[in-house]
Parts: sequence; C-alpha cells; structure tokens
Amino acid sequence: MAATGYRLLQALLLALFIGVTTFAMMRSLPGDMAWRIAAHRYGYDLVDADAVRLVQEELALGGPLLPALVQWLTDMVRLDFGTSLVSGESVIGEITHQLGASLQLAAVALALSLLLGPPLGILAGLKPGGWLDRGLLVLASGLRAMPQFLLGLLLILLVSVRLGWLPAAGHGSAGHFVLPALTLALGLAALSARIARDAMAAVAASPFYGFARQKGLSDAQVLWRHGLRNVSVPLVTCLGLQFVTLVEGVVVVESVFGWPGIGHGLVHAIFGRDVPMVQGTALVMGLTFVLLNALNDALQRRLDPRGTGR
Amino acid sequence: MKKLVAATLACLALAGPAAASSDRTLDVVAPFEVKGPDPALSGAVFQRMGIAETLVDADIDGQLRPGLAQAWSVSADGLVWKFPMRSGVHFHDGSPLTAEAAARSLRIARDKPGLLDKAPIAAIEAVAGAVVVQLSEPLAVLPAFLSEYRSQILAPAAYDDDGRVRALIGTGPYRVTSLTPPMSLEVARFDDYWGVPARIGSATYRAVGRAESRALLAESGNADLVYNLDPASRARLAGSATVELLSAPLPRSLLVKLNAAHPFLSDGRARRALSLAIDREGLSRAVLRYEAAANQLLPPSVPLWHDPEAAAPGYDPEAAKALLQALGWQPGQDCILRRDGERFSLSLTTYPDRPELPLVATVLEQLWRQIGVEVKIHSTNSSAIPEGHQNGSLELALFARNFALVPDPVGTLLQDYAPSGDWGAMGWRHDRFESLIRGLARGEGGAQQRFESMAILQRELPVIPVAWYRQTAAVSRRLNGARLDPFERDFGLDALSWRD
Repeated sequence: MAATGYRLLQALLLALFIGVTTFAMMRSLPGDMAWRIAAHRYGYDLVDADAVRLVQEELALGGPLLPALVQWLTDMVRLDFGTSLVSGESVIGEITHQLGASLQLAAVALALSLLLGPPLGILAGLKPGGWLDRGLLVLASGLRAMPQFLLGLLLILLVSVRLGWLPAAGHGSAGHFVLPALTLALGLAALSARIARDAMAAVAASPFYGFARQKGLSDAQVLWRHGLRNVSVPLVTCLGLQFVTLVEGVVVVESVFGWPGIGHGLVHAIFGRDVPMVQGTALVMGLTFVLLNALNDALQRRLDPRGTGR
Repeated sequence: MKKLVAATLACLALAGPAAASSDRTLDVVAPFEVKGPDPALSGAVFQRMGIAETLVDADIDGQLRPGLAQAWSVSADGLVWKFPMRSGVHFHDGSPLTAEAAARSLRIARDKPGLLDKAPIAAIEAVAGAVVVQLSEPLAVLPAFLSEYRSQILAPAAYDDDGRVRALIGTGPYRVTSLTPPMSLEVARFDDYWGVPARIGSATYRAVGRAESRALLAESGNADLVYNLDPASRARLAGSATVELLSAPLPRSLLVKLNAAHPFLSDGRARRALSLAIDREGLSRAVLRYEAAANQLLPPSVPLWHDPEAAAPGYDPEAAKALLQALGWQPGQDCILRRDGERFSLSLTTYPDRPELPLVATVLEQLWRQIGVEVKIHSTNSSAIPEGHQNGSLELALFARNFALVPDPVGTLLQDYAPSGDWGAMGWRHDRFESLIRGLARGEGGAQQRFESMAILQRELPVIPVAWYRQTAAVSRRLNGARLDPFERDFGLDALSWRD
C-alpha cells in the first residue's frame, strides 16, 4: 500500500517536473515559434511572412510565459491535453494513435528478445568457456556494437530484397512487425543473453546448486527448481533498464521502417515547435516509465521476497 | 516455454505468406506526410492521389484545361471572372457539386495562407450555376491560381461551422476509405466519377521519410510506385529486374539567395564573381549526379520562360578574383579577401529537409574559398531563410525553389522578385523587371517580355541559379501506363493498369 502511495506521489512530481521542463526547453529553443510552426505546417515551399502572420493570429502566440504555463497545468488537472499547433487535431488522439503503434512494436520486440536472449545465455552459462559461450560472446558484442540503423537496413536487404520473405517497411499486417521488432530485439537480446549467462554461471558454481545435484536431481530438474528463479532476478532488473534503450531504439527503427510511432512523432513535434504535442508526449512517456518500473519492482519482489518482511 | 516458442514460430510462419500475397492494391510511397484532411496542409497528396479536384486543371505540359469548371471567361475590364460549373458531378458523399459549394470551399481556402489570400480578390460568389470571382485589379493568372491544390473543392459536409476541414470529401476518381495521419491514406475507386473511371480498384499511400527505405521498398516489390529517389539509390535501382526508373525535369531550381543590401554584395560585380566561382557542372555531377547546371532561373521544362539561346553560366575563378580586386578587395594572410580592415566572410543559411542542400553548401564553401571568400554554413530550419529575409539578418541562403506551385510561374516570380520576396530577391529592385512582370501577370506581353525579364535576372543576379532538379520515380514492372508529371500535380493513378 505504502509502495503504491509512494509511486503515485512519484508520478505526480514527475508529471509536474516534465511539464515545467519541457515548457521551459521549448520556449528557450532558438528561433521564432510562429516561423517554425508555419514551416512545419505548410512545408518549405510555402512558408513565408504571410503564413506566419496568419499562424500568429490563429494561435495568439508570444504571450507572457507564466500565464501560459499555469494554463497548461490547469488543463492537465482537467486531463485536457489541448490541440496540436501543427495539425489542429487533439493531442491525446495523436498520442494514443502514435504511442499505441510504438508500444505494440516495443512489446513484440521485448517478447522476441526474451525468447532469443535468456535461453541462449542460460545454455551458455551452464558450460562457461564452451563453444556456445564463446560464440555467443562474439555475436552479442557484434550485435551490441552495431548501430540499429545499420542492422535494420541489413535485415531489409537480406530478408526483404534478397529473399523476398517479408515487407521491407510500412505497417498494417503482422508481417510488418517482424523486421523492425527483430532489429530492436537483437540488440536487447545481446545484453540479456550476457546477463543470463553470467547469472547462470554464478548460480551453477554455487554450493546449493552442487548440493541439489548431489541429492540426485537431474540436470533439468536442478535448472527448473533451483536455477531459473535465481537467474531471473538480475534479468528482471536488466529488463527495467532496457525500457530506456527501447525508447531510444524505437526512434531510429521507426524512421528506417516508416513506422507511425511516437519516436517519429516526437521528433517532428520538436522541429515544428508543437509545444502541446511535445508536453503531452513527454508526460505520457514519463508516466509510462513510472508504471513499467512499478510493475518491474513488484515482479522483483515476487521473485525475491527476501527483505520485504520487515 | 515450449508452447511460447511454438506460438511465436506459428505467428512468424503466418506472417510470411500474408505479406507476400497480393490483393492487387496499388502501393504508392513518397516522402510527403499526411498532416490532416485540410487541403492547406496536405492537399498536394490528395491532388496527386486523385481524391480532390480544382475548378481548373492542367495537363502534363502545364497547359490549363477545364476541371470542375467547364470553362472560364473574363469581363472586358479584366475584373470579373466567371467559372460555370460542370454538371453531373458528385462528391464522394453523394451530394451534387454546386456553385455554392465551390464558392464556399474557395472562400475558406482564401482565409488560409496561400496564393488566394495574396491575390487581389474582392469577392467569391455563386451566381446562376457559376463561381464568380470579383477582382480589385486585373490578374490574368487567376485560372492558374485556381488550379493549385490549396484551391481544392470539398463537399459542404467536409467542413464544420467554423470552416475547419473535418473530413476529406472530394470529387476525384478515388475516394478516401481511411486517413491515418501522419503516414498513410487508403483510397478506393469512386464509381460515380464524372470523368473516365480509374482502372485500378484500390490504392494506398504511405509516407516514408528515409530515401534508403523508399528505395528498398521499391526493390523488394513492396511498393509499386516510389517517388523521390536519392542519387545513390537511383544508381542501384537502374539495373533492377522488378522496377523501371522514370525521370522528368522539374520546374524546381537550386538557388543561392544574396542580400543585395549587404555592403559586400550590393555591387552587381560581387554577385557575378560569386556566380563565376561556382563549377556548376562538377557540382551537379558530384552531388545531384545528373547534368543539371543552370544558366538561368527556369529549366527547359518550362518552355515559355526558358530561353534556349542563353549563354552557358561559365566557370572562371580567375575572372571572379579580378572582379573582386576591382572592387577593392585584397587577399589577407589567411588568403581571405580584405577591404578596409573587413574580411570577406559571410554566413550561408540552408536546411537539411532536402538532404542534398547541406552537401551543396559544403561544395560552395570550398569553391568560394578558392577566390578568397569565406562562408560559414548555418544548416537549420527552413523558416530561418524567410525569417532572416524579414528581419534583414540574412546574408546568403541556399535553397530549392518550386516555380510551379501553379502551372504558370509568373505568380511565383511576382511574389519573389517584384521587387523582393521571402524566397527570392533581397534588397534588390529593378524597375524595368518589375513593370515587365506586373504586365505579364495582368496578361500583357508575350515571349519577348518573358525572355527579357529572365535575362535581367541572369544579368543582375539577385539570386544565383546553380542547378535544376529532376524527379526520379521507381515503377513496378507489373504496371502499365505510368508517367511522371513534371508539374507534380498527379501520380497518374487513373491511367495505370496491371500488366496481366
């Protein structure tokens, strides 16, 4: 209960912090806001002083800072995210659409990375120094070092262009998920495989693991009853950290694969000085982080209840 | 665990064939995002996809022809234009096209930034089945203005009470079945279309920002029509068995804008020296990778305005140095020219939205350094150029200018050079040029006046033309009837058919 209250307070403070900092950052960017919005709305062929004048009239820009911030905060309390300065559509509608697309992609990527990384890592950790362990080290280092932009293009070239198995870019069908999700998943799996491998090697070398074997359990039984749970604790911690990597990756992968997600949307909103869109997106993403971390903590406590009885 | 793996494998296996099977929907891919249903934001895409139409249309030579208006006429004093409506035209929601609906669409378009709000229009009204436009002074190019995408005619139900566009309901050969900003749009054939019905039943439009991704979509056969290919992908796709490349010159020019009010640039000889120092042929071969050196503002694809007899632009750094020396500039110790203690150093503003621009800027930086002129590149948001023009801080700017927002470039020339404009001349004024262009806009004068005005620009160099653009598209070999519209009004969907 106390933990939930703490998280709620954290979420509230975070929301306030994000609101104020994004507001301050967007206002302190160089260049005139009306010019940037007009350029983003009408494109470089059509932005001129007349367009800017109309944008200024329509949006009543250039008012004093403090009332605008207070207005935004009161709107927030009423859960009103406002309308985009560029498209004129409601911000919450755009965020739901774009964040939804990103979350779907991120969830598939995470699931795929969990299927690829930890099982291989555990197999490698059971025989440290074996061919699988050494091979995996090379592969994981390579995948981790390769920029996602390059990995994505290589996958398109191989799977879509050479083999013709999957669509190269776009979204809409299940097939469109595979390549962008795999691009993200390979980088994530490289890390989780290494963590799982180290954890497994440590657990396998521990006295209790040796004892379990001594008392006559088969390899599979030892792994199932004494190994997996212990390995999963550092893995879940690592998963929590990977959310950040995932958000970074999504921005790049979305642009390579033409995915209509929030990474793409946020970058464009910043270029276009679409303040309500940037504030709304940052807020929703920040709160999503709090939620995911809270869930991660809860899962952590379920897996390793030691120290929670106090 | 086993179940999970099995389920994932099953998903992957299912995903493969689903993506490979063809339901014969035409896939179009281009870099332009769909920002919303308002023609002022994304009308260019709606026009190219054959969704919404204008009163006046243009063919691929840029010649105006009747669109939703069956003809047009102007009163003897040039102030009253009449556009009688075509009969039997229906909007995609089934409602009939009326002069009232068309007049309302145009009045709403006029309240937004565009050509109509700059035109001397006093009133737009519906009178006896015709749209009547009252002008406060003659404007011969009005029909061309009304062919532009921001003048699209939408159904009355498309607007809310405040005139905001809420739905995209046009009259074109295709109607929208799904509009998902910012990336995609789906259309189906409109069976009640007034003209020749389209042959392909349905199509999708996708905005893909990265040129590499677009090229790979074409190469892998995931898209049938792919627009705006970059030079490297063009070379790669040239030998492809799945696509053929189409290329057409565009009425778009790569220009250097100079602040003629700047003390270094106010003398025409200084501007000529900067122009002479540009190796246009080398630059266009290296960066754009086609022959595109520009010897005048408008390319040969605008035959009415392009003078085929004009001299070659000339690349002569020695002559450039001599011109600057005559203006009192002497090389300093760092090889940069100096005059009265001032270094010849200027800032060049450009933007990365068109990826070739920063590259061209670095080439220009090198070329100008050879004649002792230092340039600091400032690659930023495109709006920094008109903004710098307005507040007078701009020195040099590099940009690509489209002269065919309307099929007749006189509208753009009037806006940019008579006497100056955000995307044209700065601190420059030429009375003869101004009277020629104003006359041409009123409908007075012909080829001689057009060529004379272009020659003035080339002699005075308020902007330095560097190169002309080409559009390149990849077309699937499964398609018949593909063509490129040099005025970029049309993807030509209605003329396409499947080969088998």
